[in-house]
Amino acid sequence: MSTDKRNIWVGAFVLVAVGLFLSRGADRIAETAPPRGPGLGHQVSLETAAAWDISIPPDGHNLPPGSGTVAAGEKLYLARCINCHGKRGRGLSAEELVGGVDGLTGDYPEKTVGSYWPYATTLFDYIRRAMPQDAPLSLTSDEIYALCAYLLFLNGVVAEADVMNAATLSAVEMPNREGFVRINEMAR
Amino acid sequence: MDGNDPSKDKKSPRRRAAATGPAEPLPTDPVAGGGLLHRRLFLKSGAALGSAAALGVTGTFAFAAYGEESALEPPGEMPPMPPATPPWMKTPGGPLTNYGQPSPHEKKVIRWITSNQSSPGNGVSWTPLQDLEGAMTPNGLHFERHHNGVPAIVPEQHRLLIHGLVARPLTFTVDDLLRYPMMSRLCFVECGGNSNAGWNPRPLQARAGHLHGLASCSEWSGVPLAVLLDEAGIDQTQAKWLYAEGADAAAVGASIPVAKAFDGAFVALYQNGERLRPENGYPMRLLIPGWEGVTNIKWLRRLKVVAEPMMSRDETSKYTELVPDGTARQFTFVMDAKSLITAPSPGKKMQGPGLYQITGLAWSGRGRIARVEVSADGGASWAEAELQEPVLPHCFTRFRIPWDWQGAPAVLQSRAVDETGYVQPTREALVAARGTHGYFHYNAIVSWRVSAEGKVSHVYG
Repeated sequence: MSTDKRNIWVGAFVLVAVGLFLSRGADRIAETAPPRGPGLGHQVSLETAAAWDISIPPDGHNLPPGSGTVAAGEKLYLARCINCHGKRGRGLSAEELVGGVDGLTGDYPEKTVGSYWPYATTLFDYIRRAMPQDAPLSLTSDEIYALCAYLLFLNGVVAEADVMNAATLSAVEMPNREGFVRINEMAR
Repeated sequence: MDGNDPSKDKKSPRRRAAATGPAEPLPTDPVAGGGLLHRRLFLKSGAALGSAAALGVTGTFAFAAYGEESALEPPGEMPPMPPATPPWMKTPGGPLTNYGQPSPHEKKVIRWITSNQSSPGNGVSWTPLQDLEGAMTPNGLHFERHHNGVPAIVPEQHRLLIHGLVARPLTFTVDDLLRYPMMSRLCFVECGGNSNAGWNPRPLQARAGHLHGLASCSEWSGVPLAVLLDEAGIDQTQAKWLYAEGADAAAVGASIPVAKAFDGAFVALYQNGERLRPENGYPMRLLIPGWEGVTNIKWLRRLKVVAEPMMSRDETSKYTELVPDGTARQFTFVMDAKSLITAPSPGKKMQGPGLYQITGLAWSGRGRIARVEVSADGGASWAEAELQEPVLPHCFTRFRIPWDWQGAPAVLQSRAVDETGYVQPTREALVAARGTHGYFHYNAIVSWRVSAEGKVSHVYG
């Protein structure tokens, strides 16, 4: 076979292959791709995106450095939380944070951190983004770890001597960890 | 014209009335207990007019008006005739205005606010459904649920960040998004906690909107979420969830299955033709037609593409429903079908026996409303109500049915059926299935009792 002929065969093969690829691609786009936008998004660095990211998933991988004790948490609670959440996490205008020891099946179930919340990481996430209500996003990481330690201690989930940090908070097993059933089929 | 012309099959009421053979029911004959009449009574008016007197309605076919319990003038008394040429015809009217406001005589049609006294930005305001007609909610009356107030966002300083399992983390300014191809949807937004007074052991006495008005309906316009996610290039093999977060002082967030992001979700910039109101998410919010209000994140600032749900506070300790076995329903995204009668309803008063129009709203997060049935005898018998076109998926649907009230005590109910066949449950059935500690997703049939005196109250069953 001459080089020319071989080139023609190769060329034909490539054409057919490209044609098949394009037509398959076209089908796929027609079936699944939404209309394309004008592409005006501005790419940002991973560092910039990370700075915006205040959410903590259950595995705790986005938890910041730092740590806090039950004693430090109690001190901070008395200064910043007690006016709404009451003494030791009960009473006053905000909802109960502590209690519900009688379980969730009675006539008056209490959905507290200890009785209901499935993940300890949610405490860090929520306190940082939303508390205290008059100054959200103002607490330091050490302060938030300390409040987590205090609230988990009041609920009997950790011991008084336990220190909360990224590793220990992620490892906390909440009593109601298995208490939730995913309803929507897309969520399973 | 061939023989398939459907108009030839239409028998006018007059022709039917004149037809020989077995007597057809008159349009003014009740179609269900308690005096419910055919939903298309007025379309049958040719035959009906002759028997209007049988309803005790003189001359023409007008509905009696509902009164207000708080009204100053005694019911049934006509106000005096105004002068032939009223004063506002004799002097120039008010000036043009840059932005119109409701008539000062409609000042009572307002949202009803319930909030935590120690943190006034944490609470709800209810749409006064009992005072509105049609299906759309005026922007100033759309319900509110804020967890820590309405943020004063400066649009130039707002960005939407898409990051996580994407090829390119991207930010969008408001002006960027305004240049994208837009879509519009007429759809309701309903708080997962709407109607939750229904879980109480005794029926709470309040106006319809104060019980069920954490639901509103608007035309929303914005950019399909799929377009923005495609631009960022999501990792199809790992991406299963989106965590959406608002720029309010509680940074309210929700995890949403990625599949739903490609199934009708969009970033809304406009509500009923104008830019979003601050209390409805200005400058941009997520809109997921038919899904629980809390997933429609207002003041949207961040979408993180992830493999697992974030398990944030508002999808674990809140917006989950405890059931009797001690487990909790989670990610109960779809708002099930619901309906309620808005007139008559508590606070309105019957003005003596006569012909009334029962009207209300029905909606379903699963799609279109297929039909609404109304009962005037506490659910013993039902008649189909007329649905106001257009009947759209995930949208408020107005229903109406005429009612010949003879002055006897009655219990009015409405029951919605959606296009999937889902039937709005009785309170008894809902409580049997879910207990009374779920707090969210209460959608049982609503019952209004009309006393012999014409007073309307909330009852169970």
